[in-house]
Amino acid sequence: MKYTPHSQGEIEAMLQTIGLESLDQLFDDIPREILDQCRLPDRPGMTEPRLRAHLRELAGENLSADDAPCFLGGGCSDAFIPAAVGELLAREEFYTAYTPYQPELSQGILQSIFEYQTYICRLTGLDIANASLYDGGSALASACAIAAEGTKKKTILLPETVHPDYAQIVKTYASSGIMNVQTVPAKNGATDPDALTAALSDQVAAVVIPQPNYFGCLEPAAEMIAAVRQNSAALVIMQVDPVSLALLKSPGEYGADIAVGDAQPLGSPMSYGGPHVGFMAVTQKLMRKIPGRLIGETTDADGNRAFVLTLQAREQHIRREKANSNICSNEALNALAASIYLTVVGPVGFRQAAERSHRLALYAREQFELRGMPLLYNRPFFREFVVGSDTPEEWIEATIDLWHKRYTGEDEALNAKKITFPDTTGGIPVEGGVLLAFTEKRTPEEIDQLVDVMDDAREAIQ
Amino acid sequence: MKLLFEKDVPGSNAFRFPMDDLPPATENIPHDQLRSTPVDLPELSEVEAVRHFVELSHRAFGVDDGTYALGSCTMKYSPKVNQWAAQLPGFADIHPNCVQPGADHLMCELQEMLADLTGMDAFTLQPAAGAHGELTGMMIIHAYLRDQGQNDRKVVLIPDSAHGTNPASAVMAGFTVRVVKSGPDGLVDLDDLAAKCGPDVAGLMLTNPNTLGLFEKNILEISRLVHDCGGLLYYDGANLNAIVGVARPGDMGFDVVHVNLHKTFSTPHGGGGPGAGPVGVKEFLRPYLPYPTIRRGEDGQIVFDADEEKSIGKVKSFFGNFGVCLKAYAYIKSVGYEGLKNAAQLAVLNANYLRCRLSEYFDIPFNTLCKHEFVASNLRQAPSGVRTLDIAKRLIDFKYHPPTIYFPMIVHEAMMFEPTETESKSRLDALAEAMKQIAREAETTPELVQGAPHNTVIGRPDETKAARNPVLSYKKPAQ
Ligand SMILES: Cc1ncc(COP(=O)(O)O)c(C=O)c1O
Repeated sequence: MKYTPHSQGEIEAMLQTIGLESLDQLFDDIPREILDQCRLPDRPGMTEPRLRAHLRELAGENLSADDAPCFLGGGCSDAFIPAAVGELLAREEFYTAYTPYQPELSQGILQSIFEYQTYICRLTGLDIANASLYDGGSALASACAIAAEGTKKKTILLPETVHPDYAQIVKTYASSGIMNVQTVPAKNGATDPDALTAALSDQVAAVVIPQPNYFGCLEPAAEMIAAVRQNSAALVIMQVDPVSLALLKSPGEYGADIAVGDAQPLGSPMSYGGPHVGFMAVTQKLMRKIPGRLIGETTDADGNRAFVLTLQAREQHIRREKANSNICSNEALNALAASIYLTVVGPVGFRQAAERSHRLALYAREQFELRGMPLLYNRPFFREFVVGSDTPEEWIEATIDLWHKRYTGEDEALNAKKITFPDTTGGIPVEGGVLLAFTEKRTPEEIDQLVDVMDDAREAIQ
Repeated sequence: MKLLFEKDVPGSNAFRFPMDDLPPATENIPHDQLRSTPVDLPELSEVEAVRHFVELSHRAFGVDDGTYALGSCTMKYSPKVNQWAAQLPGFADIHPNCVQPGADHLMCELQEMLADLTGMDAFTLQPAAGAHGELTGMMIIHAYLRDQGQNDRKVVLIPDSAHGTNPASAVMAGFTVRVVKSGPDGLVDLDDLAAKCGPDVAGLMLTNPNTLGLFEKNILEISRLVHDCGGLLYYDGANLNAIVGVARPGDMGFDVVHVNLHKTFSTPHGGGGPGAGPVGVKEFLRPYLPYPTIRRGEDGQIVFDADEEKSIGKVKSFFGNFGVCLKAYAYIKSVGYEGLKNAAQLAVLNANYLRCRLSEYFDIPFNTLCKHEFVASNLRQAPSGVRTLDIAKRLIDFKYHPPTIYFPMIVHEAMMFEPTETESKSRLDALAEAMKQIAREAETTPELVQGAPHNTVIGRPDETKAARNPVLSYKKPAQ
């Protein structure tokens, strides 16, 4: 297949206009020895029917959330996406456009991002939100970096309970020397406030509070923030699950300075972990520190409402090495997905998504406990928790095995792609147990099945 | 147009999740951890929500709407089969904590293809965009130099024509920037480069072809100068579309590259993202790649490695923007390596053709053989007071997305055109005619150009007002 529209005659006419005889001559400015070295293996193209068959085959080897109920969370959520979201995102004007550098031609994109910014402000309870960052982890790293830059201090206090990928991304960003990461130990599944107080000093730039944390537990956020305010001038960064904000106290209500997270559960498919969308919101005071694009409202000469990219003096294309971040392309289409999602589900639906998840998780805990499988941590949670086990890997493997024997044993196709480990039905192994997630897509019946299987699997490995 | 927050009709949104299958609620979350007031979301019926976003889409302009010669962004047509593929449940609805053999195979093969095409030895797909790739690449260089005991190499050389992300990324990775001048031919000034190479140099970041669309033909000499002083070479792959299948950065002496899948490899730009910026390295830098790395083992099985000792760590959760990688994979598979070369040839043909056509009416500061893009300026229109901004805005009236303007900074009043290979001759002729007409208007009726655009939903917005009194979210007017 090819996607170039030229006829041979047109190519010749164009070459003539340029004054060249062949396409090869277009590369006469490249040294011969470089051209000669470019000998590529033979890789012919494919017709669309063949390509589609091939892609379908690859897709068929994966285990999707359509094949089996997904109890995996840990930063990627099997969330329900209303049909209208996909339909609207498929409009070419949205997905084939680029950054709205020309406002007169891009009011639709600019307004959609302005609306997204408004949504993020309302969810987080903070004043200013940007147009998006790459993902939750890089958003957290960027928040830590602007805190270090803004406070002229280096230490970032990072609880042990932060998502391990997020923690690693922060550490990677810190390797440049702009910040030092100090881990704050946890006690019973959440940050130990005494340990936090002990770690605080006037060298601390920021304290991170994951809410809920990687193990699903709610952190003692109010206590932690009080400790920060009492013992330092550090900024408070809350890393939150956007869906939880339908129920939980917002970062703004807690008095946090920065909120970050990943808005994937709001309308973006899991897609094997990306593209997702990092969000960041800050207090008015930090407006000029926030990285990435910002859309602002203004007017044209006739007084019409207009939207533009604004406060660009923070950004790389103006400030170059003095910019507060290097970000250029972001995750605009996923941000739009979040906006469409929130609009379509509305205030009642959004609250229900959170409530349904939460109540399913409560139900699951009850069922696990009735069967003698207690949670590892006895703490409030939103929709994820850890069921205790000394051998989580083995338990998960046995669970998957049993699950497939029981529920997909008849299904040849599904059995063929039965995956050994890990699997959607099994949960994520963590120290001391199995991390399970319950989104609004799950049902009590699926939870009954899971609990049954995990109970039997536990016996099988004993 | 109203904001959706101004279309709030309480009671009109009927979307519901099923709740009747749930057991009664129990207490778990302490009262003081709950939100005190519900999130304030607007209520729109489904039809009104849909119409709102459709109306927004009517106020946007994509590649499918027409020629989008936005320089440096490679706004080529995105094949629809890519979109089809991304929606398959076996790609869209797969969780990253579950082994997914089809997806792993795809990532592995994409890495191998990118290695073929760039002449590098190993790739990571983790970075989410070009700038993220730059940061990753510069961190790799940072970690390597530290391992070599070369902590004093703190300076990254960057040409004055470079994209803003280059210096910003170098600084984020812990370096300082030393700017290298461009010579009168628009290429890196070799004398200036030689003078700036020294024992404190960590490396050079270079875009080739550069942001003027010119191939840095002294690249082998540049590479020798930088390597001789102990530095490494970083390739900003934003402009790879000009040479893909024809020449490879790995054969020019580059040690680290990133490629923008959303440029060269046709994945759509999404109104600003998502993209993907895979990073490739030469063998000696492989251990520093972000983990997990994915490769094919001896028996053909996919192997995930986590060399946590030398690796820079992680720059993104999971494996990167898989959904974008898969579209690039589909594109490469679809056109094949010959098709990529054909695309590069026609991208360069289109740029040179348009350059020749426009040079009759516009100043082209470096009017020689270019690669996939070229830079023009308003020099010939300036006497009548017409600026590059005016020309760009007037082009909108002719239903074109304007070129990139005021970049690169080394050209006064720059207009950077990159037509890409998916524009036909007749489209380019029509664009040239529109530009010719604008050139004529600039002489006869400059106010017409200066007042443009005339046919858009808004006139030129007041950007100063936006920055001076920032309104960054909607607030309900006080009752
Ligand atoms: C020359 C050049 N380098 C780097 C970038 C940054 O790439 P991205 O927007 O994918 O981060 C761009 C983007 O326009 C570019 O044109």
